Amino acid sequence: MILKKQGLGVFLALALAGPVHAETVFVTLEKDNALAVVDPITRKLTKTVPIGQRPRGIALSPDNKLLYIATSDDNTIKIIDAETLKELGKLPSGDDPETFALNPAGDKIYVSNEDDSLVTVIDIAKKKVIKQIKVGVEPEGITVSPDNKWLISASETTNMVHWIDTKTNTIIENTLVDPRPRAVGFTADSQQLWVTSEMAGTLMILDTKTQQIIKTIKFEVSGVTADKIQPVGVVIDKDSNRGYVALGPANRVAVINGKTFEVEKTLLVGQRVWNLAFSPDQKRLYTTNGTSNDISIIDLENQTVTKSVGVGNYPWGVVVKP
Amino acid sequence: MNMMHYWRAMWGIIGRELWRFVTQRERFISALVRPLVWLFVFAAGFRAALGLAITPPYETYILYEVYITPGLIGMIQLFNGMQSSLSMVYDREMGSMRILMVCPLPRWFLLLSKLLAGTGVSILQVYVFLAIAWFYDIHAPWQGYLWVLPTLMLSGLMLGALGLLLSSFIKQLENFAGVMNFVIFPMFFMSTALYPLWKMKESSVLLSQMAQYNPFSQAVELIRFALYGQFNKYAFIYTLCAFMLFMTAAIIGYNPSKGMMVKKGGG
Repeated sequence: MILKKQGLGVFLALALAGPVHAETVFVTLEKDNALAVVDPITRKLTKTVPIGQRPRGIALSPDNKLLYIATSDDNTIKIIDAETLKELGKLPSGDDPETFALNPAGDKIYVSNEDDSLVTVIDIAKKKVIKQIKVGVEPEGITVSPDNKWLISASETTNMVHWIDTKTNTIIENTLVDPRPRAVGFTADSQQLWVTSEMAGTLMILDTKTQQIIKTIKFEVSGVTADKIQPVGVVIDKDSNRGYVALGPANRVAVINGKTFEVEKTLLVGQRVWNLAFSPDQKRLYTTNGTSNDISIIDLENQTVTKSVGVGNYPWGVVVKP
Repeated sequence: MNMMHYWRAMWGIIGRELWRFVTQRERFISALVRPLVWLFVFAAGFRAALGLAITPPYETYILYEVYITPGLIGMIQLFNGMQSSLSMVYDREMGSMRILMVCPLPRWFLLLSKLLAGTGVSILQVYVFLAIAWFYDIHAPWQGYLWVLPTLMLSGLMLGALGLLLSSFIKQLENFAGVMNFVIFPMFFMSTALYPLWKMKESSVLLSQMAQYNPFSQAVELIRFALYGQFNKYAFIYTLCAFMLFMTAAIIGYNPSKGMMVKKGGG
């Protein structure tokens, strides 16, 4: 009887703990100068908050308490309370910040300054620029390896991926890649770097040890002309079983097998799909669809798009808070 | 006259129709080939054409193949309804209808049995089509495949009743070409089977209005919503009313003392 009661207690506690995926999705709206908040359970836009001029890149602190948002036309990165959505401060990002990366410890931010061909290193606690690293022309994609050894910057015009040592903040190696490299992402074990090329319509897989391309995947979508296939955002799941690439105006997300590097399928989402973010349990993937002004929710267990939710004008970046 | 007679007569009619369906393999294949050609060939050309606005029951962007699948289900039932009406005309010419009509049961019951038989056949065709479409990556939620069954009954009955009504007008088999030109094609093309209403409205408001009042559109929408586990009340009522209207007219049409039979000199 006691056991039964305990069992019931546990059941009630679990039931009261709410649905399994009580996460919040934050989306920057480039044209609305705002941040959209989406509840993925009700699959509805819950609110839109003004955030600053032309918000694009967005990141969540490792403790999930702070949001960092690059407001490009304000030339700053804003620090926002992830609960109250109030502004807590600003970081000196250099001119026109678009994309940036947070290191795993969450104490440094690396910003691509596209017009100045620079990567700006910011100490978050001190709110100070530590260094500006000269890179190739038009740096865009940027990421830090999960083991915190490498900072990667991809220059769109130089067509290079720069390997920067995070200890010394100096470039160690450059790898020539396909034209207009757009986004970069590491596997969870930091052994591979995945790079998308917007103009060649390819995904390149680089080996971290040799810094060389080990595989190039050319994307094709039946019924879509090659010029519309412009790979942008890339994410890889924690076990490196599958990677996902946003194909821009092809309105598709490509599903890539992380072991064989074959494209398993392409999923139809909204127009000009840009950036991608996993749910904390990696069971869902969220996409920002720039010109159709919505985000799509992909159920990764069934590999199907379950819903597209209108959020506002030009959704750009997306992060998910547990 | 007890229930047994009704039962036996109904199964006799349904059994005959099913037997005819099973033995006429060409008919079965052609009934499937038609929508499959539309799916594989026609829809392939329009792959990128849709996907501008999300309309219920869809929750996200869909490929054109997915959009026209309910329309093609409607097409199967529309052609099947017309096929039944064709067979009625044939039966009349061959004289087997005389045997049916002299049966001591109410005429409406015999016609309804005939209708149920045709609808049953069309539902079989639809499920085979849906199974093939499934392998072509057109998936609906699994509940949808169950929900669609009652709607297929209603839409099949409605389109079958229309066929019956038409068959009461047609005297000779040769006139059936007219039905193709004046009924099947306008009904199919002026509907939401191939294009959504909002898309039609962009080019012609009149066309979109005609499509909206086309009972075939409503049947297709009923199927479309059911396939995604949703109930479209308006489409249901519209289809039901259309069925009752066509059925009543067909019963009158087949009445030797009132309907078209008088003009044609009996069945």
